[in-house]
Amino acid sequence: MTALHIAILSPLAFAFFIPLLAKYVRRIHTGWFVLILPALLFIYFLRMIGMSANGETLKAELAWIPSFGINFTAYIDGLGLLFALLITGIGSLVVLYSIYYLSKEREQLGSFYVYLLMFMGAMLGVVLVDNVIVLYVFWELTSISSFLLIGYWYKREKSRYGATKSMLITIFGGLALLGGFILLYIMTGSFSIRSMVSQTDIILSHDLFIPALVLILIGAFTKSAQFPFYIWLPDAMEAPTPVSAYLHSATMVKAGIYLVARFTPIFAFSEVWFWVVSITGLITLFWGSFNAVKQTDLKSILAFSTVSQLGMIMSMLGIGSAALHYNHFEYYLVSIIAAIFHLINHATFKGSLFMAVGIIDHETGTRDIRKLGGLMTIMPITFTITLIGAFSMAGLPPFNGFLSKEMFFTSVLRISEFNLFHVSTWGPLFPILGWTGSVFTFIYSMVLLFKTFGGKYQPEKLEKPAHEAPLGMLISPVILGSLVVIFFFFPNILSYRIIEPAAESIMPHLLAGNEKFKVKLEGWHGPSPELYMTIGVVVLGILAYLTLTKWKKIYRLFPEKLTLNTLYDRTLYGIEKTSNKVTRTYMTGFLRDYLVYVFLFFIMMIGGSLVLTGGFSFDTKGNAEIGAYELVLSAVIIAATLTTIVAKSRLTAIIGLGVIGYTIALFFVIFRAPDLALTQLIIETISVSLFLLCFYHLPKLSFKPRTVKFRVTNVVVSIGVGAVVTLVALAANSQHTLNSISTYFIENSYKLGGGHNIVNVILVDFRGFDTLFEITVLVIAALGIYGMIRLRLEKRGEEQ
Amino acid sequence: MKKQQTNDVILQTVTKIACFIILLFSFHIFLAGHNNPGGGFIGGLMTASSFVLLLLAYDLKTVQNILPVNFIYVAGTGLLISICTSAGSFLFGAQFLTHSFGYFDLPLLGKTELATAVLFDIGVYLVVVGVTMTIIQTIGERE
Repeated sequence: MTALHIAILSPLAFAFFIPLLAKYVRRIHTGWFVLILPALLFIYFLRMIGMSANGETLKAELAWIPSFGINFTAYIDGLGLLFALLITGIGSLVVLYSIYYLSKEREQLGSFYVYLLMFMGAMLGVVLVDNVIVLYVFWELTSISSFLLIGYWYKREKSRYGATKSMLITIFGGLALLGGFILLYIMTGSFSIRSMVSQTDIILSHDLFIPALVLILIGAFTKSAQFPFYIWLPDAMEAPTPVSAYLHSATMVKAGIYLVARFTPIFAFSEVWFWVVSITGLITLFWGSFNAVKQTDLKSILAFSTVSQLGMIMSMLGIGSAALHYNHFEYYLVSIIAAIFHLINHATFKGSLFMAVGIIDHETGTRDIRKLGGLMTIMPITFTITLIGAFSMAGLPPFNGFLSKEMFFTSVLRISEFNLFHVSTWGPLFPILGWTGSVFTFIYSMVLLFKTFGGKYQPEKLEKPAHEAPLGMLISPVILGSLVVIFFFFPNILSYRIIEPAAESIMPHLLAGNEKFKVKLEGWHGPSPELYMTIGVVVLGILAYLTLTKWKKIYRLFPEKLTLNTLYDRTLYGIEKTSNKVTRTYMTGFLRDYLVYVFLFFIMMIGGSLVLTGGFSFDTKGNAEIGAYELVLSAVIIAATLTTIVAKSRLTAIIGLGVIGYTIALFFVIFRAPDLALTQLIIETISVSLFLLCFYHLPKLSFKPRTVKFRVTNVVVSIGVGAVVTLVALAANSQHTLNSISTYFIENSYKLGGGHNIVNVILVDFRGFDTLFEITVLVIAALGIYGMIRLRLEKRGEEQ
Repeated sequence: MKKQQTNDVILQTVTKIACFIILLFSFHIFLAGHNNPGGGFIGGLMTASSFVLLLLAYDLKTVQNILPVNFIYVAGTGLLISICTSAGSFLFGAQFLTHSFGYFDLPLLGKTELATAVLFDIGVYLVVVGVTMTIIQTIGERE
């Protein structure tokens, strides 16, 4: 166990002490204790930047299940470190924010911070392990803790709905991911990602390559809310705002991005990967931003905006894989760098926006933009933060979103010149989708800003009079907001130390020896097509925003019935209803129906295997002669059986059964089994008299059949069972492969057992063990009958 | 089995004699079991059937007076005897349920074969008698 392992597991370990602190130290807000941990971890990871900037990695192994090759291998490279810094850095700010956001008196702080720490530990685990099984364990832990956090206010119906939805979708993806990991293991024989990367050639030529790729992408897309799996994210907005800021904008939803980036070295050579990742990303980008415009709830706008921005990062990761196919890879590598840069930018501005929205919600009591307005002068600091965040999101200078958006435009423009994978046909699609998405992004960013802060103040619609937030609540968004500006003016503090090593871990194949990527970000790069595209976005966006009321009707054209949410709800309802219906059709509660199933399966399995394997053979050799006694007795037994079946009264049926029993005893006599004959006679007598004892208490035999169909089924099934058993018996009798062991008993019954009656010697001596338990069965049956009758009588007596 | 009518003189008289014959036959079948058809199971059933005959001829109370036995205990005792004789082979260092036999010169009977398997069979016999009687008595007592 190294320091790195301790760092990953420390949030989980610390979570155990939270309930104690929350219970016994009530004077101090629990959040203050929690704050220490992510802050320390952030400093710990900051100190690793120097190491990672030199291109070094850190690996530490801890045996977990070594016999299966499952070890807790912590591994830090540029990509992992970037995510670890995001998780701990934004984690600290979110904890600080939540201290002021959540009331000490009204909320269950213990549970909140336990879930949050659980999530933090799980997320660190996801990004810092090398073993895919361990990665999967942490991956599911993020799903579970996210479920708990979304359902934090569990008394609200909508929280529970959102939590269930996110759980179902992300766990579905998680299981697909596990499948993908197992396929990779089958291909490479190793659970370690780095060892998989070194075997890329084997994976690429393997039959299971495409299934593994698809399964892993499903996992990544469900977690990162890509089309069509994005539907859980808007409903996850029922969580407390610090949770939305942390999980659903900065960290958890980027786990899918991390996964795609992490597996790029393995899959990116494939055409399928390029198309699926980039097109899904672009569609998500467009669809998310398009839908964000029609939302009226601030958090819903931000949710759809997150979906769209994640789509943008995803598409850039897909496009970036083009770099692998060219010698002068720098030309396409820009999109990988843009993806990493935008990942950081998005975490900063989206985190601050969520916190600002939380402040508005906290101070006015509503998040509905139709009720809000005119808060600019009342909440100046929140306004500034929102302005910075929204402008950065829209891609305007002087904020960091501008830089990454320009780089995004560069990469979609360059990819349309790409001449592999039939891109020449579809090439124009990339810039068009990307640009349209950006226009909508601009519109909703303006809606978010000006509908909330511009216009007229309407105090009568608000639950409480609006005022500026307390200082503590503002610290975190102010820090994030300043980072947004700092990263615009000094983007290169990131590029050398963080973006370069991260790009190196995403694209390790491009580097030979000690080569390093050279990343240089510039705030201003002169007039270029990208700049004109941005100007186009701004002009068209402003026009569209001003005429919003006129064209907003187009959203109504799209029927509610055709949305993915309806599909999800209908599917769930349908599954439940169908399974209920299916269960109801075969679980009738009637024993006779279950017997029909049992016998039908018997016929199908045994008869079917007889037919399929050709196991039936018929051989009369070695059969004994049939004598007159046998023929007569058989005729009697058949007649008695028919009588029993068709008898109209129960008495006839019982006597028919008795006849069968005595005839069997006679069969034992002529087949020379005196012990059996004696026993059969007496047992038959006793059972017939017991039948007669019950006779008076039973209702008349009912011959009113339920349906004709039922009767026909019964006839068919019983004839089928009879036929199958007869065939099996004949087939078995026709094949004597081994000698009988009865000669041993005949020879040794007197020598070893001291008796001439072989049957009896077998029963009490050779096979006495069976007899011992048969008499036990008899005793249990007697006690059972005694118990049933006596206890029922006593109970009835009590009632009287 | 409700209270029997008391004027079944012929039945009751025949029962008095037949019962003993059946009992004797059942003992014979039980003891002969090792070398001839028979054994604990059939012997037990026959003993029980002689008791059933008594039950038919007389009423339940009378039979309980003649045979003041709780048949559940009989069944339990039988099971205990069977298990003990099976486990008795441990005393001689043999495996569970190992039987042995030998010939002895008994006073009155002369040279006789004695087998531990018969002890086991006594258990079977008692279980069968006890079980059959318990079932019939319990069902018969039911109102």
